[in-house]
Amino acid sequence: MFERIREMLVKEFIQVLRDPRLRFVVFLMPVVQLVVFGYAVSTDVRDVATAVYDLDNSVTSRELVARFVGSGYFHVAEHVVTEDRARELLDRSEVRVVLRMNKGFGDDLLRGRTATLQLLLDGTDSNTAGIALDYAAKITQQFSRDVLLERFRRLRGAAREPGWVELESRAWFNENLESRNFFVPGIIAMLVMLATLLLTSMSVVREKEIGTMEQIMVTPITPGEFILGKTVPFATIAFIDVILITVVGVFWFGVPIRGSLLLLFGATAVYLMTTLGVGLWISTISRTQQQAMMSTFFFYFPAILLSGFIFPVANMPRVVQWLTWLNPLRHFLVIVRGIFLKGVGPDILWPQLLILAVMGVCMLSLAAARFRKTLA
Amino acid sequence: MSSSSIRRTCALARKEFLHILRDARSLGMAIAIPMLMLLLFGYALTLDVDNVPMVVWDQSDTQLSRDFISRFHGSRYFSVRGYARTYREVEREIDSGFALVALVVPRDFASRVEAGRPAQVQMIVDGSDSNTATIAMGYADVVSLTFSQDVAIRWMQSVGGPSFAPPLEVRPRVWFNADMESRNYIVPGLTAVIMMVISALLTSLTVAREWERGTMEQLISTPVKGYELVLGKLAPYFAVGMFDMLLAVLMGKFLFHVPLRGDAVLLFAIAAVFLAGILSMGMLVSILMKSQLLASQIAMVLTFLPSFLLSGFVYPISNMAKPVQWISYAVPARYFVALMRAIYLKGTGLELLAGEIALLVVFGAIMLALANARFKKKLT
Repeated sequence: MFERIREMLVKEFIQVLRDPRLRFVVFLMPVVQLVVFGYAVSTDVRDVATAVYDLDNSVTSRELVARFVGSGYFHVAEHVVTEDRARELLDRSEVRVVLRMNKGFGDDLLRGRTATLQLLLDGTDSNTAGIALDYAAKITQQFSRDVLLERFRRLRGAAREPGWVELESRAWFNENLESRNFFVPGIIAMLVMLATLLLTSMSVVREKEIGTMEQIMVTPITPGEFILGKTVPFATIAFIDVILITVVGVFWFGVPIRGSLLLLFGATAVYLMTTLGVGLWISTISRTQQQAMMSTFFFYFPAILLSGFIFPVANMPRVVQWLTWLNPLRHFLVIVRGIFLKGVGPDILWPQLLILAVMGVCMLSLAAARFRKTLA
Repeated sequence: MSSSSIRRTCALARKEFLHILRDARSLGMAIAIPMLMLLLFGYALTLDVDNVPMVVWDQSDTQLSRDFISRFHGSRYFSVRGYARTYREVEREIDSGFALVALVVPRDFASRVEAGRPAQVQMIVDGSDSNTATIAMGYADVVSLTFSQDVAIRWMQSVGGPSFAPPLEVRPRVWFNADMESRNYIVPGLTAVIMMVISALLTSLTVAREWERGTMEQLISTPVKGYELVLGKLAPYFAVGMFDMLLAVLMGKFLFHVPLRGDAVLLFAIAAVFLAGILSMGMLVSILMKSQLLASQIAMVLTFLPSFLLSGFVYPISNMAKPVQWISYAVPARYFVALMRAIYLKGTGLELLAGEIALLVVFGAIMLALANARFKKKLT
């Protein structure tokens, strides 16, 4: 029996590794994707392009603008003098924010009246716009409070001042809040799933489509041995991918890895059980490679979107959140992020590991059972 | 093209169409996947953050500290899930993901504020999800600054001063997407991504499939010319793609109420140009690879990755590193997403968009020419 399995493995490895293009796709593509992701993906909002439309041009208005610039969040691209130009800059997306102060701004503040700052925002990218608005609110609140106290001091000359709250925020696990650290561990999960799903489902169906499946069935190999022969090579490739991506992620991008590598590999093995199971199952319901591919993507795209890879699960509607419990990618993401960024161990991650293990066993048995039936 | 040439092309298109119709599942999925993604993006997926789970360690336990904490609890941005009594507890809640944020109010909070000095409140944020963390920190800053300002006003009133209104009033106005619905931002771009991925995936298999099954040899032995085969194969997928586009636009309008401010005809015309280019690219991959497995992997990488990441669809291009921004200029989806957004949200017309449209036309032409050139009616 072991000889047959070994022969099957050798055949499979030769088939995958023989074609240099497939070698490239299977080993290099994940790294390429990682590099692109690492540099392209960023939700960090800094240096927001801003236009200043200051009709007042007083000391006070200039001071407010200076505060915006000094925060580091805003970057003045242009001082405009007409409304049309401000509009044009927004239309062309050359700036995202326009700060407008009318004539009399400084005067109002000096005389104890309320002055108005108009903020024009390009709302197309609502995430960035929202964050920029929060930054602006922080700056203006601070300025407002300073002016208030100044007025009071002038009026009453009080030596005392009211107290205030100084909020000191510290981010754990990802001190500089680099979005890259959030995404790179997730990429491992994503790419491993894609590689194993696609390779497994399509390679089994390929045999059906080309006609070599019948030849295999004539041999003494049993369905179980066939399944092992088809899944083990791709599992191995997946592990190599995990190592490759981890190495590039840690040494090239500087993503921290605080947890145990052993746990990472162990969790990957459990995760692979689920993805290989799904891939195998897809192969049993597909007659052609095209069907296998479309079915794979029908599973894969929603799996990525509903996993918390980009869009947090907590932001989703309740019903959808429950649905994500069925998604192996969601649980593996918690594990991977926990290992890389938080450095936690099985004592915290055991629920996810358990769920993945149960899913993996179920999926594989289901797929294997169905496979036997369709072969017979 | 001569009439017999047109006839042969039509015959091939019809054959391809029959193939598509016979594989009902693939066709069904080619329509279901875009719809599914639209539904997900429209209803389930958002970067907007609400109800951030928070754990509070109130070491002060005074009226003032409770007042401060209630500012967080009362807002829609935070949701206090629990109260901790030790540092270990705080650690555990954040480690396990039970809370994303921990607010630590020091023992001398009330006394310091009343004495006119700053009270140092610490906020610990789980930084793994940097976007949510940034947003949460922004909210917290605003809450505590508002609190400080209210303290100042109350204090001034209490020492007998006149009541001051906050001196600076901010009037924000949001253009183009006044409700700041991330949906309005994402749906127009989403149609680009969907079309690109599905169409390219389908065409990437078609030529390779004929090679693998052996039916290509039969086709070669007929008088069919190379370009007739390519065009004939493209036609039905073009129809499927435009149908997907129509569905996406209809769903956008009737289901999600994304406003379409520009010209619908222009929208579809641009879509047609983009689609032709993408399909040709998929066909090219199929012609070059001759293996379905390989073609699908490469098509995935060439379409999914760029159209998802580098087109400005989810991540603004301006946030990316400079070299990556240059690479994005070579991604056709980038122009398509920009065009879609301009037409949907800004209502821009043909004059301002001509440059980008021209680029898409050039892309389409190049891909089509390449596909035709590389398809050789030979057996090797």
